[in-house]
Parts: sequence; structure tokens; C-alpha cells
Amino acid sequence: MTTSVQATTASAPRFSAIRIRNGALVSIANVFLLIGVLLAAIPFIYMISASFKPQNEIFTFPVQVIPKNPYLDNYTTLFGETLYLRWFLNTAIVAVGRTALSLFLCMLAGFAFAKYDFPFRRVLFVMVLASFTLPFEVVLIPLYTMMVRLGWLNTYWVLIVPFAASAFGIFLARQYALALPTELMEAARIDGSSELGIFFRIALPNLRPALAVMGIIFFQASWNDFLWPLIVLNDSAMYVINLALPTLRGPYGDQYGLVLGGAVIAVIPIIIIFFAMQRYFIEGIMAGALKG
Amino acid sequence: MLACSIQRKDEIGNLHEKHLRRLNLKDEKQVTEIDMAMSSDVSPTGRRYAPGTPTGLRLWWHRHRLTVIPYLYIAPFFILFAIFLAWPVVRSFYLSFHKQQGISTPTFIGLDNYVNLVADPRFKQSLLNTTVYALGSLLLQIPLAFILAVVVNSKLVPWANAKSFYRLSYFVPLLTSAVIASLMFSILYDYNSGLINSYLMRAFGEEAKVGWVRNASVVKFSIILLLIWRFTGINSLYFVAGLQNIPKELEEAAAIDGANWWQVLFGITIPLMRPVILFVTVTAINGSYQIFAEPYLLTGGGPRDQSLSIVQYLYNTGFSYFNLGYASAIGYTLVTIIVILAILNLRFFGAFREDQ
Repeated sequence: MTTSVQATTASAPRFSAIRIRNGALVSIANVFLLIGVLLAAIPFIYMISASFKPQNEIFTFPVQVIPKNPYLDNYTTLFGETLYLRWFLNTAIVAVGRTALSLFLCMLAGFAFAKYDFPFRRVLFVMVLASFTLPFEVVLIPLYTMMVRLGWLNTYWVLIVPFAASAFGIFLARQYALALPTELMEAARIDGSSELGIFFRIALPNLRPALAVMGIIFFQASWNDFLWPLIVLNDSAMYVINLALPTLRGPYGDQYGLVLGGAVIAVIPIIIIFFAMQRYFIEGIMAGALKG
Repeated sequence: MLACSIQRKDEIGNLHEKHLRRLNLKDEKQVTEIDMAMSSDVSPTGRRYAPGTPTGLRLWWHRHRLTVIPYLYIAPFFILFAIFLAWPVVRSFYLSFHKQQGISTPTFIGLDNYVNLVADPRFKQSLLNTTVYALGSLLLQIPLAFILAVVVNSKLVPWANAKSFYRLSYFVPLLTSAVIASLMFSILYDYNSGLINSYLMRAFGEEAKVGWVRNASVVKFSIILLLIWRFTGINSLYFVAGLQNIPKELEEAAAIDGANWWQVLFGITIPLMRPVILFVTVTAINGSYQIFAEPYLLTGGGPRDQSLSIVQYLYNTGFSYFNLGYASAIGYTLVTIIVILAILNLRFFGAFREDQ
């Protein structure tokens, strides 16, 4: 102990010497990082800027970031001549429905796994966790056949129900529910509260941050889904945005203004969620790393 | 102090009495159980009795509710889980040993699907392409993300505001979906007038134009670039979170002992980051092997299958050619690859640990 203290004092000058105080290095590093930020942002800025330009100006070079005369026709055409509003509503209905159903299923089950002791608890939970590792593509074929049999193609159900039982969701819900003080539940029980009352009046209100984090994860997953809608939807009135956007390119694949306008509107809900609930959004993203 | 605690004890005693009276209990055994239930360290499974005198079915319910309720709680989840996940997983495995064309009845053909798969040039091409995507993530994207994280977390960015600005900007690509990102890049990659080629042309002349999505030897790189754009930020965030969990004292102590910056990085930081690196690697490999939307939308898998991914081949086989048995076999091959790679990863990082 004493020696280490001595060592500290002895080599203090050397330590500060290797500390980077070099102004040049700091500037190089920050220029490097700023270029990175720019590269991350350029496609985004380009998308927004080009969506306010007529077709023949999108590709003019050098690029005008802020269009001279903001051109709104892309947006009016989207809402006037395409089914964009319908697609947006479809996407929203599906995302909200799937989020609500997933939250309910995962919270209830995750709470049971965290706060009750019952036979086969571990086996069942490990089974759910094991399904984590499976790429979902493996179930595509039988699931599709099942949807055909159920007559669910081109409905909201086909997008809401099959992926509502989320393994990641139940895992997260359990993690959060484990932190609930058991004494609260005990006290409620002694006061004569029913078990369902404990769930709704004690667990859920105390798990609001978990609801927010998981809600964002589910919502974003549903909003961004592509492969599954591509398989089960072929009626353009039932399309979700992600499925409709590529079709907006038109028969020659060159109507970029429409596509970009549609993309900008499609990103807005996610951006709103990001800024309104930044803490939970970040926590949701990090949940994968720190809790998984 | 003492008086206070005695008084409190009395209060508790009174409460206890009141409670028993309210419960209207006569049975000695029940009273003991209640006593146990009300002592401070009750097990969560301890039985409770609600107010009123339970009889018959209600008595059974009161006795067993804590065993029954958790099953009721997990039932909705597991019913959906069984129908829409467990059953299709089994069914897909079954189908992979059968020939099924469209809605015809499956006929058993043993391992034929898998044997055909090994010889299938298109499958081999898709496996190669997808592996290149995964290698792109491993060799370009993850190191880049790591460097960014180390730099942002180091004294090279001395201002706290700048640190949070950089971290925030990492989120930008995460706000888009794969579809939107692919559509944006298809415009940037446009051969004649896309932004990238326009700049290349201005700088190096007409012949510097790159066929980002039409040149067979470039397409894989174009898709890797798109993946770098989308995922470097999030992986960097994971690394930053990991770096922040490393106690500063360790790195400083090593520096005091005369380790230089590189020695600290490779001797302390990276070994301590092992769990995060493992997580990021496994996720990146999983994600790369399941890539679909990006090549599908940018190139449609072409030219000449040079960007075809495994999932797109599965999709084409199942939903364009309706060869359901064969598509299931592709699915299970994908599962096998992912599981093997995950195990290899765990081994690799596990072996790393024993070296310490």
C-alpha cells in the first residue's frame, strides 16, 4: 500500500507526460469525429432536402442543400394521388396494436417469472431464451402456410399477432420486474388485494419506465418491419409504409421525389419518439448490450 | 427509544389481533399460518387467506391461487409462443426433409434437400456473399466503431458537451429503417447522377464513376458501406457504454507503472471490454447472416447473384418458386451456421479469458 503511494508520487510527472495534452492531436481527433458525424448525417439531410425538389432538380450538381423554391408537390401528390395516408394509418395501427399486445403479454408473463415461484419456471424461461438464438427466417415458410390457412393474408392480424410473443420482451420484462420490492406485494396481499389487483395497481405503475423502454422497442420493430409484410401483404390498400415506399419509385424506378417525401414522413414518428423519450429510447437500445 | 419501540410493538400486536378478528378465524392451524405469513420473512409462496371464510371452490382457490396464478399469467404468452414460434420451428424442420411444391402434400425425401443444397451454385454464392457481409462487419465496421468509441471516451475529446453531441449523432442512422436507408443509398449510388459519382466525376473525371449497384465486383462493397453507415453508430454506443464501466483507476495505475497508451489499450481496456466485444460481434454476425432488405432493395441480389443473401435466396425459393421444403432446408442451414458461429465466438472469447 505504502509502496504504491510512493510509486504514484514518484512517477506522477511521467503519468502527466503521457496524458494527451497535445492540441494538435485533439484537433485531428475532433476533425475526424466531425467528418464521421457529417457522413452519418449527409444521407439524412440529402433525403429531406431532395424531397422538397422537383424530379429534375434532385440530381443537379453541385447539390443545393436548401432548395431555392421549396417544392411541395411531392408531398401533395403523396397525399392526393397515392394511398400514402392509408399506408401510414395501416403502419400506425399495426405498430400500436402489436406494441400493446406485446406489452401486455410480456409484462404479465415476465412479472410471473420474476415474482412467483412455480414448477417448471426455469425450464419454461430457458425455453423462451433459447428461441432468442433462432433467426426468425426459419419459421417463415410454415408461418406463411398457417396464415394462408387462417385466411389472415392482407389483414392487420397477420402483422400484429404472430410476433407479439417476443422472447426479448419477456426477458426484459422479467429483468425489470425482479427489481420490484416483494414487500410491496406482500403488504397488498395482507390488505386483501387480489393477485390481479397487485399486477395492475402495484406492478404496472412501478414498472412505467420498463413499459416505456419496451414500448419503444416494440413500436420501432413493428414500424421498421419489412420481410414479413412483404410476404403476407399483396393488396396495396393494406400495405405498410415500408412495403409501399419502394413501389413509389414508379414503373421506371425514377420517381425519387415521391419516395423521399414518403421516407421523410415515415421517419417523423420515430424522431418524435426519440426526442420526446430520449432517455427510454437510449435505455432500450442499450438494453440489448447491458442486459443481454 | 425503548418506550417507543414497545409502543410500536403493541401497535403491531393490536393490528395483528384486529386482523385475526376480521378474518374470523377459528382454526388453530390457519391462525399459525397467518402468523407465519405476517412474520417479516415470509416466502413469496407462503399461502394467504383473504377476508371472509372460504369454502368449497373458493377455499381451493385461496389455497392454490399462488400456484395457479403464475400459470394463468404466462399462459397468453406461451399460447402465442407455441402456435406462432415453437410449432413453425418444428414444422420447418419436418418440411426440410420433404419435398413440397406450393400447397401439395409434402413427400418425404430424406436428406435430399440438404444434399442438393451443398451442390447448389446459387446457394453457395449466397453463402459466400453473406459471409463477405459478415466479414465486412467484423473487419471494418466493428473496429471503426471501437476506434470511434475509444476516441470519444478519451481525453482527445475534452469537452463533455462535445462527447454527448457525438454520442447523440451516433443515433441518427438508427432512426431510419433498413428500407429507408436502402432507398436513400440507391439514390446516392445512382450511376449517372448520384451524389457519390457526381463528386467522383468532378474530382477524377468521367472514368472515375463507379457502378455501385451494377458492377459485379463492387456491389458487395456497396452493401457493406451501407451496413457501416447504419450500424457503426450503435456499436460505437455499446462500446462507449462498456468503456464507461471500466474503472478509471485501472488504466491510470497501468499508466503510472509505465505502460504506454497502446499497452493500456491492449493490456487493460480491450480485455476488460471482452463481454461487450463478444456481444457486438455475435449480434453483428447474426445480423449479417440475416441481411435481406438492403441487397433486395438496392440490387435485387444481382448482378449475376453477386449480392444475393441467404435470406433472399430463401425468400425467392419459398415465395417465388414455392419450393417450400427446399426453402425450409435453407432456413435450417442458416440456423446451423448462426449457432456454430455463436459457439465459436464464445469459445474464442472464452479461450481469451484463460490466457489472463
